[in-house]
Amino acid sequence: MNPPAPPRLRLAGIRKVYPTVVANDGIALAVEAGEIHAVLGENGAGKSTLMKIIYGAARPSAGEMWWEGERVEVANPAQARALGIGMVFQHFSLFETLTVAENVALALPGKPPLSELARRIEEVSQHYGLPVDPRRHVHALSVGERQRVEIVRCLLQNPKLLIMDEPTSVLTPQAVEKLFDTLRQLAAEGCSILYISHKLDEIQALCHTATVLRGGRVSGHCRPAEETPQSMARLMTGRDLPVCEHGPAAAGGEVRLRLAGLSHASDDPFGTDLKDIHLDVHAGEIVGIAGVSGNGQQELLRAISGEDIIAEKFPVQICGVEAGRLSAGRRRRLGLCFVPEERLGRGTVPSMSLTDNAVLTAARNARLVHAGFVAFGRARRFAAECIARFDVRCGGPQVEAESLSGGNLQKFIVGREMLQAPRVFVCAQPTWGVDVGAAAFIRQAIIDLRNRGCAVLVVSEELDELFEICDRIAVMAQGRLSPARPAAETGVENIGLWMSGLWPGADGSATETGRAAA
Amino acid sequence: MLRLEARAEPSYLMRWCSPLLAAALTLLAGLAIFWLLDKDPLEGLRYFLVHPVKDLYGVSELLLKATPLMLCAIGLAVGFRANVWNIGAEGQFMLGTVGASGVALYFAESDSALILPAMLAAGAAAGALWAAIPALLRTRFNANEILVSLMLVYVAQLFVSWLVFGPWRDPMGFGFPQTAMFHDAALLPVVLEGTRLHLGFPFGLAVLAAGYVFMNRSYPGFRMRVAGEAADAARYAGFSTRRTVWIGLLAGGAAAGVAGMMEVAGPMGQLTDKVGLGYGFAAIIVAFVGRLHAFGILLASLLMALLFIGGEQAQQYMNLPGSISLVFQGLLLFFLLGSDVFIHHRLRVGRAAA
Repeated sequence: MNPPAPPRLRLAGIRKVYPTVVANDGIALAVEAGEIHAVLGENGAGKSTLMKIIYGAARPSAGEMWWEGERVEVANPAQARALGIGMVFQHFSLFETLTVAENVALALPGKPPLSELARRIEEVSQHYGLPVDPRRHVHALSVGERQRVEIVRCLLQNPKLLIMDEPTSVLTPQAVEKLFDTLRQLAAEGCSILYISHKLDEIQALCHTATVLRGGRVSGHCRPAEETPQSMARLMTGRDLPVCEHGPAAAGGEVRLRLAGLSHASDDPFGTDLKDIHLDVHAGEIVGIAGVSGNGQQELLRAISGEDIIAEKFPVQICGVEAGRLSAGRRRRLGLCFVPEERLGRGTVPSMSLTDNAVLTAARNARLVHAGFVAFGRARRFAAECIARFDVRCGGPQVEAESLSGGNLQKFIVGREMLQAPRVFVCAQPTWGVDVGAAAFIRQAIIDLRNRGCAVLVVSEELDELFEICDRIAVMAQGRLSPARPAAETGVENIGLWMSGLWPGADGSATETGRAAA
Repeated sequence: MLRLEARAEPSYLMRWCSPLLAAALTLLAGLAIFWLLDKDPLEGLRYFLVHPVKDLYGVSELLLKATPLMLCAIGLAVGFRANVWNIGAEGQFMLGTVGASGVALYFAESDSALILPAMLAAGAAAGALWAAIPALLRTRFNANEILVSLMLVYVAQLFVSWLVFGPWRDPMGFGFPQTAMFHDAALLPVVLEGTRLHLGFPFGLAVLAAGYVFMNRSYPGFRMRVAGEAADAARYAGFSTRRTVWIGLLAGGAAAGVAGMMEVAGPMGQLTDKVGLGYGFAAIIVAFVGRLHAFGILLASLLMALLFIGGEQAQQYMNLPGSISLVFQGLLLFFLLGSDVFIHHRLRVGRAAA
């Protein structure tokens, strides 16, 4: 009888030391052929570092890696691909001005003729139920379609191991189901899948086994089907899953943010134009905007924040003032605080200290400037208060923003904006890529802010999150906004349908291309 | 095959060492050049590095040369920190000489103590005015400030020539293209007896200190740094891009104008068509070698002044062409940029794996 086949991938004692932190320590992991294996962990637990090591984008300081029973050292991603390891990144690496086939050709070794390649793309996409037209330009594709291009690009190289980094964060609930079907089919054909996520329900639905990381070490292995979300969260965080307290909204608050027929053509040729958007956000309520990214949320947020100035005054009203022509700084003075989607480079200056980054937006509201000079003492105390009150884990106010993990930086930004006692608080993707503990903390902070009478607008792609914290929910599709419905009177399926632009009274053009549905 | 690969974490220490490394490599290259020109390399270095500072007078000349360099460079650094690329300090310097000379010539009869401050103000204003042109074109029409400011250098040169060949020519000057010599009230007092070192040097140090305070302590300076480090963050925070461009260019123009004033009210004592000495261009190198930091700019301006004077000495005593100091300036910038490339990248030998 043959001895049992060695696992497809085995790691032992993987350790990665960065100058200030041990990102991975003694990590052991085995993935069998055809296995869907989840890697679970809070932000900063070392998931990304571990995937980079497997994919050859980082070198381990110590430890061993076996590939189908043979000891290997992967020096770079090209070598990883040669072994049969493919990776689909959370943020796509596609050229918008090129066609699908051209994008795929760029990633393949050699120079296959485009027509031959297009045929192979169609074959693979049909086989796995991933409809992709190789002749279309990437800028015309929805986010879901772009993800399919990335997956097809990996599959063309016949991978034996596919690494998926938080793949569902950009998909509608319906699209998630389709993706899972594809992944199950791949696994059935013998391909192993490493699935990185923090969404416990998805891991339960999809994955055979899971490795949980905490603080750079393995805190446990489990079979998700035999666990509960609570038990997996405990493995991940070392404590119980916190639950948000969410009382009913206070009725009768005045309108603090009003969008009155906001239309705005995007400067970006690949952007989305805003079309006749109406919305009122009252004091003491949280309104959520759902939708697949790329349907105009970025443009809407920039038009509200003042980063884009629109042609007329009245379509954006902040605390009763027609603010459409006001700069971002002037709108802040009206009591608007804003947490943008990009934390590094927009929400903070990566190379500057947290003290400096406190000055960035809180200069006026927290009086961190005196007679034209930055009051660094006050700024440091403000940053320290933000770090303490919002549980930002870092070395202190003097550390650079880029040294923080995503979740901690988000807590800092949210804290910085909330400590300015906003009258209107606008937050994009409050918990994107943030671990469960920090996410619950941020959600609770948003609810507390509402309870103090602030008007809150949250834009998120995570429906669960919106249903957890919002009083009313509207959906954005192709630059239009649906009416806002009380969260208690609607459900995930309903909102998922609206994401395709099909809400009652929606203008027919919203359904033409079905872009959002893809 | 050789390839450059981005380093994950560029060393912070090396960022500060690279100017020193560049200076050392410039020296080595200089030795090689002397050797190739059949000159004794060590003697060459002696003329370049030791001879200029062998006595007090030499040191005073070095500080004199460093003054316009540090002034121009600190003004440029304010803009460079905010990614506002003013390449025309040379022209703004020349306009500064024109503004200051105009005041000196117009009030030639007066011996008021207000003449020098008035020249200073006129020089700064004229330099700022010249820099306002690229600022206006950039904020109004999105014209590239690099090209506009650079081309205005040549306009400024022609303007100075027209003045000294035409309306401002000294009637008693035997037809030379130069103005009358300034009277004493329009000349900067010498601060070190027996040398040409004038009040401009301590003033330059004060401007460096003010530049440091502006960039590192003031709120407008903070906004400039944010604009340079992360333009999206500046937009998010509501900092005006226009204001950044205006401050960046006006600071550079005013500082270069002041440097021009110090030159005509100092060692030159009059305006001539040879007033464009290359300080404005050399200051770009000084600003970068000094890492856009006030203290670094002080050291870099001394180094650059040494290259200027050493070049003159090599010309005098070793029979080398005058352009030798330009060669050294170019080498210094080349090696600095080269070192920076290797701080951010590493060289790999061998074929890239497919």
